[in-house]
Amino acid sequence: MTEFPLSLRDIVVSRGERCLLRGLHLDVAPGDLVHLVGPNGCGKTSLLRVIAGLSPPQSGEVLWHGEPIVGQRLRYAQSIAWLSHQPGLKADLSLIENLTFDNALRRRVTAAQLDDTLIGLGIASRRDVRAGGLSAGQRRRAALARVLMSDAPLWLLDEPLTNLDTTGRAFVLSQLQSHAAAGGMIVFAAHTDIVIANTAVRRLEWEVSDDE
Amino acid sequence: MMSDKPVADTIELRPFATFRAMLWRELKLAFRRPSDLINPLFFFAIVVTLFPVAVSPLPDVLKVLGPGVVWVAVLLAALLPLNGLFGQDHEDGTLEHYVLSGQSLVAMCFAKIVALWLVSVLPLVIVSAVVAQSYLLPSSVVPILVTSLSLGGYSLCALGAVAAGLTVGVQRASALIALLVLPLMIPVIIFGARAVSLAAVEASLSGALDMLLAIAILTSLFAPIATAAAVRISLE
Repeated sequence: MTEFPLSLRDIVVSRGERCLLRGLHLDVAPGDLVHLVGPNGCGKTSLLRVIAGLSPPQSGEVLWHGEPIVGQRLRYAQSIAWLSHQPGLKADLSLIENLTFDNALRRRVTAAQLDDTLIGLGIASRRDVRAGGLSAGQRRRAALARVLMSDAPLWLLDEPLTNLDTTGRAFVLSQLQSHAAAGGMIVFAAHTDIVIANTAVRRLEWEVSDDE
Repeated sequence: MMSDKPVADTIELRPFATFRAMLWRELKLAFRRPSDLINPLFFFAIVVTLFPVAVSPLPDVLKVLGPGVVWVAVLLAALLPLNGLFGQDHEDGTLEHYVLSGQSLVAMCFAKIVALWLVSVLPLVIVSAVVAQSYLLPSSVVPILVTSLSLGGYSLCALGAVAAGLTVGVQRASALIALLVLPLMIPVIIFGARAVSLAAVEASLSGALDMLLAIAILTSLFAPIATAAAVRISLE
């Protein structure tokens, strides 16, 4: 039997009283890109939060290498990179202070690696600027920098392309491709169709459910 | 397949490094936003000034009022920053990253409590030592006042952190936090204000200070754990 690193078993996701997703099974193998598609309010973010372990599913299990993620919080936490709607930056700290704080909590990032990532994202010149003084797109890039430097096999990205210009999108798409090519896994939510060269993207699509 | 691939090169809990990093970060943030530091001090100064004006400026009255007024004013002023303890972290998304780091959330909450005490209670304690003079409290009382306020203020920070954790994501939670915390603070106020009053008449007061210390130690042990659990639940 092949073991998938990430497996969702019979997941039910609900928000408040509303059931958004019922009985979802999903296996993600190395190199997989899973695109969550659906209208606003269908529960894409809720599902990503469930996969990240931020909220428990209504029922069902999220398995990481065959074990429930609840029992291996630290191991799983260090295996995922999380990008949500909010960039997760402190407005009063500089870009570099924001990004190096993760060093204490996660894997240590070398200065060279940090520089390379910031140059790739085009925000190297903003490294000493307060995060509050950055534009929405630059904050988005900073949040992406954290994902790119994380060295985590599983990326969970909520709308990774919003607020980005054409070059930013192209860079992020190329990073998604190289992460998948290196055997990483990506689950992301996006409204637009995403085409990545030489890489198959699995679409997981569902509608807003009407039942209570 | 990939199951034997090392997931990350450092999978270990580092509670002490986490505590240090979070404490340093909180202090840095507090000093980047000085208005949050100064507002409680102004509030405190105004409250302790209003009492003599409203009640009576007579020395005998002031001496009786002093300990209680200073204590209540410090507690109310220290309530002000509680709303922002997790509120901003929640709004800018950093709270999710703290939880998802996998490192000890208890250590992070403990660091936040200590940082809160350092930046919001300690300045109030120092100012209250000055205010005590204007309430004509004998100078021998000042050390007792400072000690009791430091200990009691710490308990307030710890209990307040639990309340702030429970109200993460609630809009305008300040009133709710005050409702949750103030009833729990009654024993602290009784022993704290009593210790200062007793010191003013040179009675034995070790019992009251011991109780304050005991409450501070008790809240130190339980509050970080309760806060971390509350934050996790609130984020769901």
